Amino acid sequence: MKKVFALILAAAMTAMVLSGCGGQEAVQSSNGKTTLNVYNWGQYIADGSDDSLDIIAAFEEKYPHIDINYSTFDSNEIMYSKLSNGGITVDVIFPSDYMVARLIEEGMLLEINYDNIPNYQYIDEEFRNTAYDPENRYSVPYTWGTVGIIYNSNYVDEEDVTGWELLWNEKYNDKILMFDNSRDAFGIAALLQGYDINTTDEAELVACAEALAEQKPYVQQYVMDQIYDLMENEEAWIAPYYAGDYAIMAEENEALEFYLPQEQGFNLFIDAMCIPTCCQEKEAAELFINFLCDPEIAAANMDWVGYGVPLSEAKNYMDPETVEDPVAYPSDEALANGTSYDYLPPEITRHVESLFMKVRIS
Amino acid sequence: MKKNNSILLSTPYILWMVAFTLIPLGVVGYYALTDPDTGVFTWSNIRELGTYLPVFGQSIMYSLVSALICLILGYPVAYYIAHRGAVMQKILYMLVMLPMCMSFLLRTLAWVGLLQDTGIINNLLAAVGLPRLQLIRTPAAVVLGMVYNYLPYMILPLYSTIVKIDHRLIEAAEDLGCTPAETFRKVTLPLSMPGILSGLTMVFVPAVSTFYISQKLGGADTVLIGDVIERLYKQGNNANLGAALSLLLMILVFVCTGIMNRLGGDEEAVVV
Amino acid sequence: MKKANKIITIAIFIFLYIPMLVLIVGSFNEGKSLARFDGFTFEQYAELFRDPDLLALLGNSLIISILASLIATVFGTFSCVGINSLKPRMRNTVMSLTNIPMTNPDIVTGISLSLLFVFVGTKMLGQRNSLTFWTLLIAHITFDLPYVILNVMPKLQQMDRSLVDAAMDLGCTPIESFFKVTIHEIMPGIVAGAIMAFTMSLDDFVISYFVTGMDFVTLPVEIYSYTKKPIPPKIYAMFTLLFLLILVLMITMNLLQLKSEKKKARG
Repeated sequence: MKKVFALILAAAMTAMVLSGCGGQEAVQSSNGKTTLNVYNWGQYIADGSDDSLDIIAAFEEKYPHIDINYSTFDSNEIMYSKLSNGGITVDVIFPSDYMVARLIEEGMLLEINYDNIPNYQYIDEEFRNTAYDPENRYSVPYTWGTVGIIYNSNYVDEEDVTGWELLWNEKYNDKILMFDNSRDAFGIAALLQGYDINTTDEAELVACAEALAEQKPYVQQYVMDQIYDLMENEEAWIAPYYAGDYAIMAEENEALEFYLPQEQGFNLFIDAMCIPTCCQEKEAAELFINFLCDPEIAAANMDWVGYGVPLSEAKNYMDPETVEDPVAYPSDEALANGTSYDYLPPEITRHVESLFMKVRIS
Repeated sequence: MKKNNSILLSTPYILWMVAFTLIPLGVVGYYALTDPDTGVFTWSNIRELGTYLPVFGQSIMYSLVSALICLILGYPVAYYIAHRGAVMQKILYMLVMLPMCMSFLLRTLAWVGLLQDTGIINNLLAAVGLPRLQLIRTPAAVVLGMVYNYLPYMILPLYSTIVKIDHRLIEAAEDLGCTPAETFRKVTLPLSMPGILSGLTMVFVPAVSTFYISQKLGGADTVLIGDVIERLYKQGNNANLGAALSLLLMILVFVCTGIMNRLGGDEEAVVV
Repeated sequence: MKKANKIITIAIFIFLYIPMLVLIVGSFNEGKSLARFDGFTFEQYAELFRDPDLLALLGNSLIISILASLIATVFGTFSCVGINSLKPRMRNTVMSLTNIPMTNPDIVTGISLSLLFVFVGTKMLGQRNSLTFWTLLIAHITFDLPYVILNVMPKLQQMDRSLVDAAMDLGCTPIESFFKVTIHEIMPGIVAGAIMAFTMSLDDFVISYFVTGMDFVTLPVEIYSYTKKPIPPKIYAMFTLLFLLILVLMITMNLLQLKSEKKKARG
């Protein structure tokens, strides 16, 4: 009987010990390959559908010793929470500008060795030495784009499409979608009221929260990538979203139009590739980043993703129709009023998050 | 001597359960009482719970209503199954079990396909020339989702208590001149009480803490406590407030099940 | 009254099965929407089998639920013998410990385990990666165990003690008497517990959702992230195949049971 007891105890102990050591084990998968954990936005890499190039498969083919373990997130905030909750290994992440700044500020990124990323030479000058990474040490730009309004021209009167107030229009009650992340939601509320998109003023933030609370009765749902299905099948008619995603939706439903509120201003963003401190395969990560900066690969990728490409060289390989599309590549004039999100101190971020939560539960 | 040896067999189990149920709850308590940024002791998470009381109230309302509807719908079904022949009982029991084994996420999603403005039901209505109805994103849709998902949890314990009721008791009551309605009220119903209570608990607990059903079927204003906790943990980067809410949710559930057990709901009745 | 019962029962079964029918029909749909049938096709099934990731996720789910339910069944059965010989007071304490994961909402269990693993693994032991296959397995075993205990315990208590005593009198050691006598008597409880544990593990979303890290993900967790994106209809094809599989499994199990009961009845 004692033997049985010892056996059971031993089994339980091994399970506990192994759980502590799982980290090392996970790095090398059974066939001796390196596993690279890539954590990206949903719908943000060409996956082989609609005759596109399957980027991940192409990478694995070129570097057969690396296996990519690809997972996706909906918003910067989800990605940040997952990283800061801890307990995981991620090798490459794709945060937006303000999130890059925050991760740098909080010491959550590793410095990138640019010697391993020769394709960095193709990155356009305007995407180097950005405000979020002034010395170019932690990030390589992946895409850029704008946030505007997608609407269904079959149901929405052209004359109502005047600016962000469209999202507050009672006439389209229950047909309006709204961002399910505090930063984008507060950004739009700030623009609507003529505040700075990066306001930290308490009174202005509260006014933004009030505006969002006012909008709530007309909002059908707070969503992120679910927007695709909802807009395509006309369950919803109006939604603020990233311009790059518009092209894919418009292919499915021709009535969808994109509007950029140039007078009120809008968010102009850059999404970058970074290596977080929990990375275990830094060289493979740099290899992957370099691969995505290859002009031909970037072209094939962005043809499908639809966001702006930060390497002009890639445009030579892209579908000319995409490059000339004013939604994906607006003129400099149209971009004049675009502002990027800046890094906000953590207490403000938390405060905004809690204000947004209160809007949601009110 | 013999006895002592077999007692030792329970030790690993006790250790396991302490390590993986009690200690984790201790860690939740620790998080609930610390600041998310600095990690120092604070009461602020607990103080903030007040803001969320209306959400708790709403969650309790939804899940109570769902549990009661489950009871009203589930009882006749359980009663019917319990009075079939042995083979038929097996088949019907299996048919109740089967949905529980399938992904509840996809089954809930199917309801979205049925209920949405451009969904199957509304398309059918439009096809026969009737006006489209607002079905999804209503409180009723959330209750429907809960009833749909958790109804088997009600039927199974009900069935297993009803099937155990000694038929002679019912015959005796009838012999003594009870009408079928009286027999039901005086004999069957009291004897199936343990099943009713454990069924109510088994529906209430998952319903009160759900976050998927409300996200998919509810409107912008149906935010339940599960949604809040999930959001705080997964994107609000505030596991500490999430932990405090989890503790409150746990206390709420334990109080409710405690009351149910006091009333006579016997967990073992659940096990078939 | 009886007729009313019958009608309600039929209506409820329709209610339970209609959404599944919608998904099954959706798996043969040319279009992406569940709400509009654009034409019949097997393309979604072809898509499914071309997608190694989705099948691998199903494999992951099966691995976790088979391992967790097996370990929980063996561990739980032995534990029951131990718990059964405890003094009543202690036994009640252990049984209330068992009830904690049963009663606790899944979301609380999930968060508590996730916080524990990160706290111990990362903050105390300094592991970078503390949410792995092993921690997920521990989580599954933990919520499977009560199902085994609650199924085996009553059988053990109903069992005639004198059988074990007789075996011992005939010279069996306690271990021999356990394997020769006790285990046969409590077998139905063990099987029921194992099946329950397996289905709970296989279908668990909430606890896994909080406990999984990056490198080992189960099917329900991935389905959740699918439902937040444009949903590829191959998921419906997978649902349909799983539905058929479980249906066949259940029918065989019932047939086997019926057969053995008939045998018993005959003598």
